[in-house]
Amino acid sequence: MRRLGPLPWLAPVLLLIAGVVLFPAAYMGWTSLRDLSEYGIDRGAAGLENYRNLWEFPDLGRILFNTVVWVVGVVGSTVLISLGLAQFLNKAFPGRRIVRLAVIVPWAASVVMTATVFYYGLDAFYGLMNQLFVDIGILDKPYGFTKNALSAFVVSMVVAVFVSLPFTTYTLLAGLQAIPSEVLEAAEVDGASRWRSYRHIVLPNLRAALAVATIINIINVFNSLPILRTITGSIPGYEADTTTTLIFKYIQTERQVDTASALSVVNFGLVLVIILVYLAVVRPMQED
Amino acid sequence: MVDVLSRAEGTEVPRRRRTPGKKSGGRRPWLMAAGGAVIALVFIAPYLLMLVGSFKSRADILGVPPTYLPESWHPHNYVGMWDTPETPLPYNLVSTIVISVCATLLVLVVAMPAAYYTARHRFPGRLAFLLLVLVTQMLQPTVLAAGLYREFLTLGIDDTWLAMILVNAAFNLAFAVWIMHSFFGGVPKEIDEAATLDGASRLKILRHVMLPLVWPGIVTAIIFTFVASWNEFAASLVILTTDKNQPLTVALTKFVGQYETSWQYVFGVSIVGIVPVVILFALIEKRLVAGLTAGAVK
Repeated sequence: MRRLGPLPWLAPVLLLIAGVVLFPAAYMGWTSLRDLSEYGIDRGAAGLENYRNLWEFPDLGRILFNTVVWVVGVVGSTVLISLGLAQFLNKAFPGRRIVRLAVIVPWAASVVMTATVFYYGLDAFYGLMNQLFVDIGILDKPYGFTKNALSAFVVSMVVAVFVSLPFTTYTLLAGLQAIPSEVLEAAEVDGASRWRSYRHIVLPNLRAALAVATIINIINVFNSLPILRTITGSIPGYEADTTTTLIFKYIQTERQVDTASALSVVNFGLVLVIILVYLAVVRPMQED
Repeated sequence: MVDVLSRAEGTEVPRRRRTPGKKSGGRRPWLMAAGGAVIALVFIAPYLLMLVGSFKSRADILGVPPTYLPESWHPHNYVGMWDTPETPLPYNLVSTIVISVCATLLVLVVAMPAAYYTARHRFPGRLAFLLLVLVTQMLQPTVLAAGLYREFLTLGIDDTWLAMILVNAAFNLAFAVWIMHSFFGGVPKEIDEAATLDGASRLKILRHVMLPLVWPGIVTAIIFTFVASWNEFAASLVILTTDKNQPLTVALTKFVGQYETSWQYVFGVSIVGIVPVVILFALIEKRLVAGLTAGAVK
């Protein structure tokens, strides 16, 4: 046992990663070069045919545009709102503990379930959120948010921000708590304004937390399926799709696992690039 | 010793400094409390909507214009939802529980030795190993769904609990390795040395000294894996094709039809699916960030 060194201790982890992460990734790459029938029968090599199919997909431009809007819009809004929220929750006030617990609810809850209640609430006829907007005067009459691609996509973005806020806020809050209070007090004594000490002390100290929160959010939001599937799924066409939802349409609706694999390979490559950025910028595992 | 360590953790920080500025935070604590109440309300409002909706009758919940509270409270939904043509819900609940529990156990068995060893020993390849683990944490089943689907089909275990147990275990492994690694790393080496000195007391020391110290890390790993597996959706959607095998997250979508939807059941299922995991998550709230950011944010 001792002569084997670390292997017996690490082997189970390595096996699981090899079998359920690395192998399917490689198999996906292989499948993307094959011609599969609707029923999954391998009809031989396809060269780059699947990638060409993707490239020639008429709505590709729209989908890429949506994907960029989706990731940039959701992550940007999430980080901005979370900055304020974390700042607020870092202050002592009566009931703070309860507020913090309320904030984690969307994090713990299933995203499909959360998205579904928004889909219901925004219905033009029986949706209670619509009714609330009318009652407080934001809308004149209920609006069919989920009926057309554009508004359904925007609503999905709002829901995506909503479910991303808890993790982001908690990460930034951890960053804020790591700032020594002495530094802020010294700045206060020196007569620095709140905004100045925020810009020159808090923000620079938050850099690591911000980088982590942003990058992990980019990956999560890019890979998000349930929200768009729930809220825009019944809208025909591809006007409200991202590359991730398109993968699932290829697998489930079109039954083209080969093309789905090609698109997944592209997505996978993108995620790997983001991970490399993460490793380079954040340098996690600093304890080593 | 144990008591000293754990107590020090809890009391030291707040007692040390009591500067007025830090203590009261905002200048108007009650105004802030009111702001806090609004924030809390925004975050739980959708779930309140589910709760109220789960007590409405079918006619009530489809009524136009909708009412905020049920016209009459209808707790019978929580009975009726188990027996519907849309989905065999009792099976779905069993699927969710079996998959989550088994994935959690598998993660523990697999991750604990690795976490312990990497925290205690330096060896060539250690950093590479931890990096590999970290990379899997950032990947998600969604981006590999096509590959996983083909793999399980080829292995003949598509549409089985086993497939989803493996998927959930593999993709939550990293969090568990990381959080337990940091807890093992935090135990003073003297404890190990003391444990190796005297064979007879070795197990005793591990059980009475080591375990209480790393227990919070283990609990965090258990809860996190359980909750993440409980909520998994994308991979289950393509891998589990038989309705009886599907978890609650996929079953829920069956109630949402193109022409009519049994919202009262959607929300009953949602409440059952959400309340337990929210309680569990609240228990590990303080340690979530450290595990998810691989210690980059303490």
